[in-house]
Amino acid sequence: MTFFNEKSIIETINMIKVHNLDIRTVTLALSLRDCCGENIKEVGEKIYNKITKYAKNLYTYASEIEEEYSIPIINKRIAVTPVSLVGEACKEYDYVYLAKVLDEAAKEVNVNFIGGFSALVEKGCTKGDIALIESIPEALKQTQRVCSSINLASTKAGINMDAVKKMGEIIKETARLTAEQDGIGAAKLVCFCNVPGDNPFMAGAFHGYGEGECALNIGVSGPGVVRAAVENLPKDADFGELANKIKQIAFKITTTGELVGRRMAEKMNIPFGIIDLSLAPTPAIGDSVAGIFQAMGLEHAGAHGTTAALAMLNDAVKKGGIMASSYVGGLSGAFIPVSEDAGMIEAAKKGVLTFDKLEAMTSVCSVGLDMIAIPGDTSTSVISGIIADEMAIGMINKKTTAVRIIPVPNKKVGDYAVYGGLLGEAPIMKVNSLSSETFINRGGRIPAPIHSLNN
Amino acid sequence: MDENKIIVTISGKDGVGIVAEIASVLAKYEVNIEDIRQTIMQGCFMMFLLADISKSKYSFKEIKDALTQTGSKLGMEIWIQKKEIFDKMHTI
Repeated sequence: MTFFNEKSIIETINMIKVHNLDIRTVTLALSLRDCCGENIKEVGEKIYNKITKYAKNLYTYASEIEEEYSIPIINKRIAVTPVSLVGEACKEYDYVYLAKVLDEAAKEVNVNFIGGFSALVEKGCTKGDIALIESIPEALKQTQRVCSSINLASTKAGINMDAVKKMGEIIKETARLTAEQDGIGAAKLVCFCNVPGDNPFMAGAFHGYGEGECALNIGVSGPGVVRAAVENLPKDADFGELANKIKQIAFKITTTGELVGRRMAEKMNIPFGIIDLSLAPTPAIGDSVAGIFQAMGLEHAGAHGTTAALAMLNDAVKKGGIMASSYVGGLSGAFIPVSEDAGMIEAAKKGVLTFDKLEAMTSVCSVGLDMIAIPGDTSTSVISGIIADEMAIGMINKKTTAVRIIPVPNKKVGDYAVYGGLLGEAPIMKVNSLSSETFINRGGRIPAPIHSLNN
Repeated sequence: MDENKIIVTISGKDGVGIVAEIASVLAKYEVNIEDIRQTIMQGCFMMFLLADISKSKYSFKEIKDALTQTGSKLGMEIWIQKKEIFDKMHTI
């Protein structure tokens, strides 16, 4: 005899219909290590053939599963081995060409982003890493779907300050080359500390060195569902009750995500990798992490207490997720992108959410400074200073941190950058313009902290 | 867990022949109804229907499309989902 519960059915449908519960991404993670070679054209051909072969049915299968459960799967994506490695054995380096190959392959299989135009340089750069990093501005200008990420620091290795300096210049140049679209190239470029190799979310997704041949990773979201649940609690419910409620919701979101992920992996006949439970906001009304802070009792994101609220939220989400699946991975927690979150945009517009407060929040969120538009005339050394601070937070706290900022060409504080779609829009935020130049110019590597020696 | 079990949820203004219409589509598509429950919630008619599609020669997609069409003809909101999603989400 099969049972069903009407209340559960209504709750599920409401989560999807009213509170925007969705599968944010199904990401095919794919190794390109067997595509290396001396002849770059042959490498490109191997990359294209492998991606289009493995991802041929990604879009169709995802659409079928959407139908089966009536839950939207917003993005279909691909993450590949850091391309710095794949192109390194070539006699002549041409990473822009490889980026174009990735773009073509992504277009062919109908995925909106492909991640892995990446290098891991926390301790130092190889020749291929340097060539890839230098090609980023042009690569992101000439492609639409390619995302790039560079790991600049780790708790084990310290912070590669030479690369931090370089990335300040690269971010600015990337924005400059895509000036007509408010520097959108920089929205597809992210710098990391302690980057995970199984993250399905963009712009930071790539297929890590320790991963298998391929896997299906899934990213679920649901800030709207959490907000609604918190709103329905009495205003005097204490933090234990609040945390419990968030855990329960996170559990439900995760089990649903795992069902979809496993079904997808089964259809594609590849292993299921991980589920990344991240409260990833969208510009849709109500689908906002800032909205959760308000439901918790803060006037706006940015109010004193926001860091504490975020810390509790991030932790409760992970706990609920861990209970629901043995393979929670990626970035799991709460994202705080500014341009992608209606509540954050509003707080930033009103000037109550500042850059410095966001930096504090990144010490307890799941990633870092994300989708923040800053004045186009911000100097490269200030950008590097921002990156260095963020890397330090990650390194010392043994957490993943990241920087995805856009110095929007020709725009200043008070103007807006508009990207559309999931990337949203952002008011240009004020940054501290004091010089960091001499500090950044020192170069070298900030040594790993004492607690890196945990062997 | 059985991937052949589906839940059909219908909601909207109460009227004559809703159950009959849905049931006749299911019969036509060789879908066996295992349980039906109805309720009025905040003035809104709601029906939950558990069915088994394992004996049907039609695909889930074909059955879903037929039901969706009937739902819109009746002016009702209709959701057709594999039951697994509810079992997974609400069971520890």
